[in-house]
Amino acid sequence: MRTVGIVDYGMCNLDSVARAVEECGGVPVVTDRAKDLDVANRIILPGVGAFPEAMRNIKERSLDQILYEQVIDKRIPLLGICLGMQLLATRGWEGEETAGLGWIDGEIRRLEPSGEDTRIPHVGWNEVQVIRGSPLFRGISSGRDFYFVHSYHFCPRADSDVIASTPYAGGFVSAVQHDLIFGVQFHPEKSQRVGFQVLKNFLTMED
Amino acid sequence: MSTKVRVMPTLLFKNVGLVKGIGFDSWRRVGSAMQAVKVYNMREVDELVFLDITATREGRSPDFDTVDELADECFMPLAVGGGVRTVEDVRRLLQVGADKVVINTAAVEMPELIADVAKRFGSQCVIVSIDARQQAKGTYEACTHSGTVSTGRDPVSLARKAEEMGAGEILITSIERDGTMRGYDLDLTQRVSEAVSVPVIASGGAGSYEDMAQALRVGKASAVAAASIFHFTQQTPLEAKRYLREQGLRVRL
Repeated sequence: MRTVGIVDYGMCNLDSVARAVEECGGVPVVTDRAKDLDVANRIILPGVGAFPEAMRNIKERSLDQILYEQVIDKRIPLLGICLGMQLLATRGWEGEETAGLGWIDGEIRRLEPSGEDTRIPHVGWNEVQVIRGSPLFRGISSGRDFYFVHSYHFCPRADSDVIASTPYAGGFVSAVQHDLIFGVQFHPEKSQRVGFQVLKNFLTMED
Repeated sequence: MSTKVRVMPTLLFKNVGLVKGIGFDSWRRVGSAMQAVKVYNMREVDELVFLDITATREGRSPDFDTVDELADECFMPLAVGGGVRTVEDVRRLLQVGADKVVINTAAVEMPELIADVAKRFGSQCVIVSIDARQQAKGTYEACTHSGTVSTGRDPVSLARKAEEMGAGEILITSIERDGTMRGYDLDLTQRVSEAVSVPVIASGGAGSYEDMAQALRVGKASAVAAASIFHFTQQTPLEAKRYLREQGLRVRL
């Protein structure tokens, strides 16, 4: 059984993620404490909200250092969901320029409408086209629908960090991976069976 | 490409059970909320809307415990409304598992709440719900407190204002059409859709799959909410989406 540390930095959406982890066979521990995260063999960084406030909350709780130790030093696999994915970037431009965790080189920019049909925020179900094989998408065919709800998107500097994209607002990166650090713009915990498959893949992949 | 259109069953909660009325009145009991959530979850519906229709009128806060229990079984997006008046209400709803909050009365009485919530939690989790009653032909008036209080405000300008304050979606409900299954108010839906650039959810009046297609096509909505059609007829969200796909709309199947 995997113990999954779900990082609580005061930005909500924790209960859904914890319940989904449970349904996927993991043991969720919702926490902001170093000693709880220290025993986790998976870490999920969830998040709903605005980038600047999220980073402020993370720093106030010293979670940037605590997570650095687990994810970078100890190489515990981490999955960032939605805002949690965006926080992995070097910097964000939501409202004001804010430094992110900087573990995947890139920036967070606002989605720009690409036509009359493009409403922002991007809310609803959309296709995730798998660009490169990743353990996160094992057994999931390209083009399945996942649930999105966001106005900003991750622009990675290196193409090699991109594992999936979604054809909306001119196309945006919907999943990233750098070593054992993963990020998905969609909500696997709200994407029913196919979302659970992503979570199961994350829980069961080799370290 | 556009996003896929959503079909969203709406659950109206009153006291301890689900109800459905006609024209925001004559409420009938339609069973247990938990049962409905489990069924919709199993059927993989696109999104669920859960509204506590008496909270505001009774001056209550949202029922966080009930939402917590329901959200635990809800592995699909869940929007929750009724009695949301403070940033703290929103924080607690998101914490117990809501993905979005629906703000109706408070959006009219204190629009700055929309901005506060959007700033703190992001626009994507704020649905501003506007209940509109038709006046003389072609004009509408927004109502609050589950349709019981007239505001004298035009729903279209309210929708614009809500977007400006940071609403991520607009849920527009026709009070007259609600529960009648005579079709959505296409004119109202279209006017709101054309006035804002955020997604619009059409609500009130769905009686057939074709009504939904019309709200999406003619009304230019991004999603359709419906209750009676799913409570009182054999029609289902899945069949609705199959129909919409046959009509050339993009859906998730």
